[in-house]
Amino acid sequence: MTDTSMTLDRRSLGVPDLSLVVLVGTTGSGKSTFARHHFLPTQIVSSDVCRGLVSDDENDQSATPDAFELLHYIAGKRLAAGRLTVVDATNVQPEARRSLIQLAREHDVLPVAIVLDVPEGECARRNGARPDRADMPSHVISRQRRELRRSLKSLEREGFRKVHILRGVEQVEGAEIAIERRYNDLRHLTGPFDIIGDIHGCRSELETLLGKLGYALRRDGQGRPVDAVHPEGRTAVFVGDLVDRGPDSPGVLRLVMGMVASGSALCVPGNHENKLARYLKGRKVKIAHGLAETVEQLDREHAADPEFADRAREFIESLVSHYVLDGGALVVCHAGLPEKYHGRTSGRVRSHALYGETTGETDEFGLPVRYPWAEDYRGRAAVVYGHTPTPRASWLNNTLCLDTGCVFGGRMTALRWPEREIVDVPAEQVWYEPVRPLGNEAPGGTDGRPLDLADVRGRRIVETRHMGRIAVKEENAAAALEVMSRFAVDPRLLAYLPPTMAPAATSAEEGYLEHPAEAFAAYRADGVRQVICEEKHMGSRAVALVCRDPEVAKEHFGAPDGVSGMVYTRTGRPFFDDPRLTESVLGGVRGGIEGAGLWQELETDWLLLDAELMPWSLKAAGLLRNQYAAVGAASGAVFPGVLSALEGAAARGVEVSALLDKQRGRAVDAAAFTEAYRRYCWPVDGLDGIRMAPFQILAAQGRSLAALPHDRQLALIDRMIEAEKPGADGGPLLAPTRRLIVDTEDDASVAEGVAWWRELTEAGGEGMVVKPLQGFVRKGDGRLVQPGVKCRGREYLRIVYGPEYTRPENLDQLRQRHLGHKRSLALREYALGLEALDRLADGEPLWRVHEAVFAVLALESEPVDPRL
Amino acid sequence: MTITTTGTIERPATDLGFLLHKHPDKAQRFSTSYGTAHVLYPEADAERCTAALLLEVDPVALVRRGRGKGRGGAPDSALAQYVNDRPYAASSLLAVALSTVFSSALRGHCKARPELPERPLPLRIEVPALPARGGTALVERLFAPLGWAVTAEPVPLDERFPQWGDSRYVRLVLEGELRLADALRHLYVLLPVLDDAKHYWVAPDEVDKLLRSGEGWLEHHPEQRLITNRYLARRWSLTRSALERLELARLAETDDAEVEEIDNAVEELTAEFAEQEEQAEQAEQAEQTELTERGEREEVEPEGESAPRPVPLAVRRREAILDALRAAGASRVLDLGCGQGQLLGELLKDARFTEIVGVDVSIRALNEAARRLRLDRMPERQEARLKLTQGSLAYTDSRLTGYDAAVLSEVIEHVDPPRLPALEYAVFGAARPTVVVVTTPNVEYNVRWESLPAGQVRHHDHRFEWTREEFRDWARGVAERHGYAVEFRPVGPEDPEVGPPTQLALFRQEAGETGETSTTTSTTTSTTPTTTPKEAVA
Repeated sequence: MTDTSMTLDRRSLGVPDLSLVVLVGTTGSGKSTFARHHFLPTQIVSSDVCRGLVSDDENDQSATPDAFELLHYIAGKRLAAGRLTVVDATNVQPEARRSLIQLAREHDVLPVAIVLDVPEGECARRNGARPDRADMPSHVISRQRRELRRSLKSLEREGFRKVHILRGVEQVEGAEIAIERRYNDLRHLTGPFDIIGDIHGCRSELETLLGKLGYALRRDGQGRPVDAVHPEGRTAVFVGDLVDRGPDSPGVLRLVMGMVASGSALCVPGNHENKLARYLKGRKVKIAHGLAETVEQLDREHAADPEFADRAREFIESLVSHYVLDGGALVVCHAGLPEKYHGRTSGRVRSHALYGETTGETDEFGLPVRYPWAEDYRGRAAVVYGHTPTPRASWLNNTLCLDTGCVFGGRMTALRWPEREIVDVPAEQVWYEPVRPLGNEAPGGTDGRPLDLADVRGRRIVETRHMGRIAVKEENAAAALEVMSRFAVDPRLLAYLPPTMAPAATSAEEGYLEHPAEAFAAYRADGVRQVICEEKHMGSRAVALVCRDPEVAKEHFGAPDGVSGMVYTRTGRPFFDDPRLTESVLGGVRGGIEGAGLWQELETDWLLLDAELMPWSLKAAGLLRNQYAAVGAASGAVFPGVLSALEGAAARGVEVSALLDKQRGRAVDAAAFTEAYRRYCWPVDGLDGIRMAPFQILAAQGRSLAALPHDRQLALIDRMIEAEKPGADGGPLLAPTRRLIVDTEDDASVAEGVAWWRELTEAGGEGMVVKPLQGFVRKGDGRLVQPGVKCRGREYLRIVYGPEYTRPENLDQLRQRHLGHKRSLALREYALGLEALDRLADGEPLWRVHEAVFAVLALESEPVDPRL
Repeated sequence: MTITTTGTIERPATDLGFLLHKHPDKAQRFSTSYGTAHVLYPEADAERCTAALLLEVDPVALVRRGRGKGRGGAPDSALAQYVNDRPYAASSLLAVALSTVFSSALRGHCKARPELPERPLPLRIEVPALPARGGTALVERLFAPLGWAVTAEPVPLDERFPQWGDSRYVRLVLEGELRLADALRHLYVLLPVLDDAKHYWVAPDEVDKLLRSGEGWLEHHPEQRLITNRYLARRWSLTRSALERLELARLAETDDAEVEEIDNAVEELTAEFAEQEEQAEQAEQAEQTELTERGEREEVEPEGESAPRPVPLAVRRREAILDALRAAGASRVLDLGCGQGQLLGELLKDARFTEIVGVDVSIRALNEAARRLRLDRMPERQEARLKLTQGSLAYTDSRLTGYDAAVLSEVIEHVDPPRLPALEYAVFGAARPTVVVVTTPNVEYNVRWESLPAGQVRHHDHRFEWTREEFRDWARGVAERHGYAVEFRPVGPEDPEVGPPTQLALFRQEAGETGETSTTTSTTTSTTPTTTPKEAVA
């Protein structure tokens, strides 16, 4: 990495593609012209421009401190974002350069100096030609030149990793910039890869693992493996710690060196290689932690092949501390790497890549305590590493530790990329006794560590597969934070929140505000031919996470002891206050799933169900009593008096007949209102009286079922209902969902759908939901089709629009409703819900799932007509 | 509503028509702000005359007056604004209609027969659906002292569901010999007092009109304070409603829940509260009333019958917290769950606290804290010491690391027990202040409060209340898991049998655990980061 070069005559100046380029030269040496010629205008940060920005005068020297503060700020922002930056300032004084080198280090990029050493006379001539600099005292250039000359020799020592010196106008004008890729940037390599964890001299297990991965070993005359090639051209990637502790470190080195040399493998160094190389270089190192074994094995090797140790040292010294692969989707290094270090180049990055970050503390075994960087990791690139032995390789926040302690008698593990498939082989024996027993958990396991507020707070954009970027406003996130924090269940149990649903377009049909004809017509217009009409249950929405048993719930969702799932509301609150009732309900559903054999059929140990829980009075008791029943009670009390007063006046011959008729009508409406809400109320005792109507299976282990057509969904659910055994608490719990499939292009079928709805609602039903049969549908233009629209019954709508909404004058007014925002909201929430399910299925980190779920809740607090 | 009077040939009952300025043989209609009022007479002869006032509320007009417009011109407000009892109940809207339709009668004017208004009449007033918060008993207490014989029957909520009990409506019959103007003014004032609804459609100046109508009778009324307090609360509520968090209201609606179920981090200072306060001591201004950190009604210690006024528990709690912070030498302090900022105010008074951060998950609480602390008018130097920010203890928050101390005063009992490990980690694992002060109720002490029914928690949002042992077990576990030492202190008078009303735990980070790295500890199994069995960086 000591690639410092003095460029004297060469015209091509190498500049790493991410670096801080510091131009050095006196005033008038042509830095700005040079910069403009070789770099993009946006890559250049000029002290003159900054001076102008803060003082309106590029030559106002009193503005210099502010101007440089601004220059550092801009350069810092660019470097943090990973952008090549060129500083156009004289930089002839060491303290000016020191602060820029410091800036480059802070952002872990290489500082590069390009010196424009132009004769004083030429500089003075150029300045003289510029009106704004014409009166600059001549001693300024002389002083700057003296400072420049003094600096030339010390630039490398100051910390510049490349120094290019251009002497004279000719060299300056003849120079060209050659942008170089960083050593760690292998984004152009797309694999496929087999990433192999810590080996520690376990050559035999490595041979077995390579064989299992499909590599063909090539051996030398003595039968020792010296290369391995995959017939499909896969590339092995070693995460380091090839040596120490185990039985044959030289053998491992020989094989890996051969694979790297032949191009069938990449390798990053581990801390053990690093120490070995220092030992081989003759540095004083402590012979501990298994180095003794390696030294002894190398000594034996020396007899047969005296140059082996030197080749090993050169090999180790040639290794790059981490690689960015596969278009940036994969980062491999030994000890893990936070996102801000990906693709960066500094001592700090190398040190982190090799050793990880320690807290400075030591544990009871005298070993350093490691900072759990993976818990904080939020990067999109998967980081695959080793270094920390764990019993099992498991993903955490898109990072994976492949060290499964083979040398300690564990396993040797590899990851197939991009398949994300784990392949491992057991250790043949315990080769080395561990100082400390292997940890029980990867960091952030089931110990209840919360997510980070920065993942949900403030205005946010959530990237979704199905609808692109969806924005969450700050005030909505604030409301969601309050509800999520104060009322919601543990985020690990909350993998999904249901979206809101828009009603069908407003009907012009006399006496109706909503009518299914509009729903059928809308879907036909969107090119959806087959729709399913599902009865709308008269209850409250509930999402149920049902696991086979508490152990499954603990393993997959970090549930506490004795908890086998969760039933929660549309805002993520526990549906029941009493956890025992939750378990009873889960037990009932589980009975159905088991009886129907769905665990086996869907190859899963858990299911996520969307359902309606009845009666409505169970959850909405407060609302029913304080709002709906109150209206009923008031109207019931007032009308007898009103009517008798009017009848009395009419009997006296006062002209009140119109008023009387109207009040009689109002009394009838009010009575109808009371009847409407009463249908949603019945008493419940424990599980007795509770009914649950699941209408969609949202997800199973490893996959989202949101796109499974609704008829197949309901067929599975029907089997659950049929298989449910009445439990000890009574039952049955599960209730079926009546439905009808309608062909939107067949008038007879549409008429049948309308008649079905009429029958349903006239018998007191709430209404129905019309959904595309296929579940997930896009329009011709690629946009999502509404996943469902509701057609609420005429009587039910009294609860929503008031007892007298059906009066023609009221209906006319109510028909002026605006559905646009509700529809957009329904689609955005739908896309976020799908996203949460997809992220869950892909095994993405919890914070990613939670981000989408949180956004659904936030969107629910957007302003929209609550009656829709 | 009907007004009936009886009469004789010499003093015909139909004089009522003159008094009301409404002819008994006509049905008349009047436009009011909220709909149409009708006046008609079901009976009108010399012996008996009844005037009926019927208000047809226009629900659309109510909504239009509501605040806030949704996107695309769609009305945006709580669903309760669309479906409610206003079209049926004898609410504050009826009082407004009364003043519009019978304005002369209310003032006691009668041009045609000037002597009539002065004359008491035998009156019978029927209000079939009177919303009455406080029930029939309060109705009796309000009207009886004014000379009325009161018959008030509760209206059942729904006869189909008798278990739901009575509604808040009362069928009211008043009988007595009073001047009509007085009768109307009683109704005009007391209808809204009893109504005391959540959503107001009455303009603020109506409140002043209502108070003017109390002249001559309100000052002698035994319930004068309650009546005025409910007005003041109303007026207060009118301004407060502008701060209503519609986002939370919408989330409540999503769950078919009442808004109060979710938007309850800050207690409304209701009329009821004012009544209680007034009984305890003079109820000066609402702002000066004693609230706990989360706006709970403060329990005043039961002992000290002769003591002029015992020190409220909330004050003692703050003193105990400040003592602990001062003794620890803390200067940069987090108040986690700061509520309406009572502790923040105390911290600001002491210059040793140089950086004070109030964190709450409720925006409403933070706004209220900013208002109480007069943040907008605070001198720059003082303001620089204080920061208010929304945060949540259900998440880790890097902004909270590196402080000397954190206070969780009456906070943990507002967290569902399954979510406590998250709070524990966020505070003791991630933020890791040097000192943590936690206070929580001691449930054992609850038996000493006579007003608290047995088995009931002190505040409806308390998810649990712990005994001393339960609290100590939890605190010791936390301390052990995260490398803190913990000691316990009583707050308030310590009862020999049941202990103090509030318990306080003081956690101190143990030596060597400087917390510089902020997210790790090394003493435990469950939350300890994995240790590398390899050498550290040379």
